Amino acid sequence: MLRIDGVYKVFNPGTVNQKTALRNVSLDMKEGDFITLIGGNGAGKSTLLNCIAGVYGVDKGSINIAGVDVTKLTEYKRAAFLGRVFQDPMMGTASDMILEENLALALRRGKPRGLRWGISNKEREVYRELLSHLGLGLEHRLNVKVKLLSGGQRQAITLLMATLNKPKVLLLDEHTAALDPKTAAIVLDLTERLVHENGLTTLMVTHNMRDAIRYGNRLIMMHDGRIFLDIQGEEKKKLTVEELLARFGSASGQEFSYDRALLS
Amino acid sequence: MVEVIKGALSLGLLWAIMTIGVYITYRILSIADLTVEGSITLGAAIAAHAITSGMNPYLGTLIALLGGMAAGLCTGLLHTKLKIPALLSGILTMIGLYSINLRVMGKANISLLRMENVYTVFENMGLEPTWATITLGAISVAAIVCLLYWFFGTELGCAIRATGNNPYMVRAQGINTNTMIIIGLVISNGLVSLGGALIAQNQNFSDIGMGTGSIVIGLASVIIGEVLFGKRNFFMRLTSLVFGAITYRIIIAFVLKLGMHSNDLKLFTAITVAIALSLPMIKDFVNPPKIAIGEGEQDA
Repeated sequence: MLRIDGVYKVFNPGTVNQKTALRNVSLDMKEGDFITLIGGNGAGKSTLLNCIAGVYGVDKGSINIAGVDVTKLTEYKRAAFLGRVFQDPMMGTASDMILEENLALALRRGKPRGLRWGISNKEREVYRELLSHLGLGLEHRLNVKVKLLSGGQRQAITLLMATLNKPKVLLLDEHTAALDPKTAAIVLDLTERLVHENGLTTLMVTHNMRDAIRYGNRLIMMHDGRIFLDIQGEEKKKLTVEELLARFGSASGQEFSYDRALLS
Repeated sequence: MVEVIKGALSLGLLWAIMTIGVYITYRILSIADLTVEGSITLGAAIAAHAITSGMNPYLGTLIALLGGMAAGLCTGLLHTKLKIPALLSGILTMIGLYSINLRVMGKANISLLRMENVYTVFENMGLEPTWATITLGAISVAAIVCLLYWFFGTELGCAIRATGNNPYMVRAQGINTNTMIIIGLVISNGLVSLGGALIAQNQNFSDIGMGTGSIVIGLASVIIGEVLFGKRNFFMRLTSLVFGAITYRIIIAFVLKLGMHSNDLKLFTAITVAIALSLPMIKDFVNPPKIAIGEGEQDA
């Protein structure tokens, strides 16, 4: 469903700040794969996601989504294939617009925008139905400006928006990192449910080792712009935090940086 | 007194068209677009040239609208394709338009006295000139408000509104934000130019300097409208712009009546807008937001 071949990404080339964020990254995601992507700060996780989404172009290599070579496509064109949720709850929604307008914008993802009315009454019913499943009481707040909602509610909405028009690949960029632990747990559960119900191919970046182990069928660890570990199947199911740390150590020849990953 | 209000009403309606144009860039796209200073004069210049060369005034006004749209397109391309900051893109087009406007008019000003214009039809129906202006102004403004209310409710219109609000989210939804910005600038400057054409025909002349400071007048009208007439929903916002533009004209008419020299008007407007824009800060300074502090916390 998603194939990445030998991707390199260099920031600020030719300057003292030159930084190679991705070094020869290759990844083949099968349909229905739910990959959790973990790594320390600066490992290249977010850069990889942004390269897939087209926020940055790649310097070498190719990216292929559902059989289409998207390497040269702009961000907004690739959006036809992708559902995205960002770390910052403010990023995923238009805060000055009302809830139903945000959902309507997402329902039309990847489709040409014409002069038809922006929201139909039929859609509103669908939105109410879907929002009621979130269990956050949002089904009664279709006419509320999104900026009046909490960070957790906004992430839940962004998640719904990303899956409304079923994407080929769902990209989650530490989408619970800015939430308090309780809200984060709710949003993660919701994530798993939506991914499961829609059979979505999902790539989820996280800082949290336990979450990386608990969710998904495959775990990838990045360090210094490379993929170091790729654990799947039964092996993934039996994985523990200690084992993951040990395996990272032996694979990379150094200890995993204990920044936020262990604390959380 | 009635005459003053009537005059302010007629002028306010014409400036309301320009104000709506400014609102589209300033509030919807979140861009301060200085192109308007040039495109309002462009509208006046095109209409004046068309009328003096014997063209039907309605056709001339329509061409003025198209000319303004082209100016907006120019700014849009400078900003989105050549990545020049929006403010500078607007300034570049505005400066370029100064020469273009002189070319269109052939001289610094054109008199339209005793020539047929868009208001003549209404005057022939027996209306006195001011009422003729009010009639045509009201019809135009009502049509534009309804048209824009519809447009910004469509899929395309929603995408443009979202672009000004959160371009990251909009691109993630598969929308080309550059195209949305260009469409917004085109509509905005088309309206401003149309306003310029109608204003020139109302005052019976077109002048190369008539655009100077128009962005500030537009902003003043937008803010007066928002403060006095609310911004509950989109339709209210659009109509508040019209009332804002009319109120601005009434205020100006009164300060002139109170003895202010007309040369001081632009300074007066600039100060008014500066105060209006800083109102939120002034409010916090005069009346600091109260934070509830518990008994125990005060000592800590």
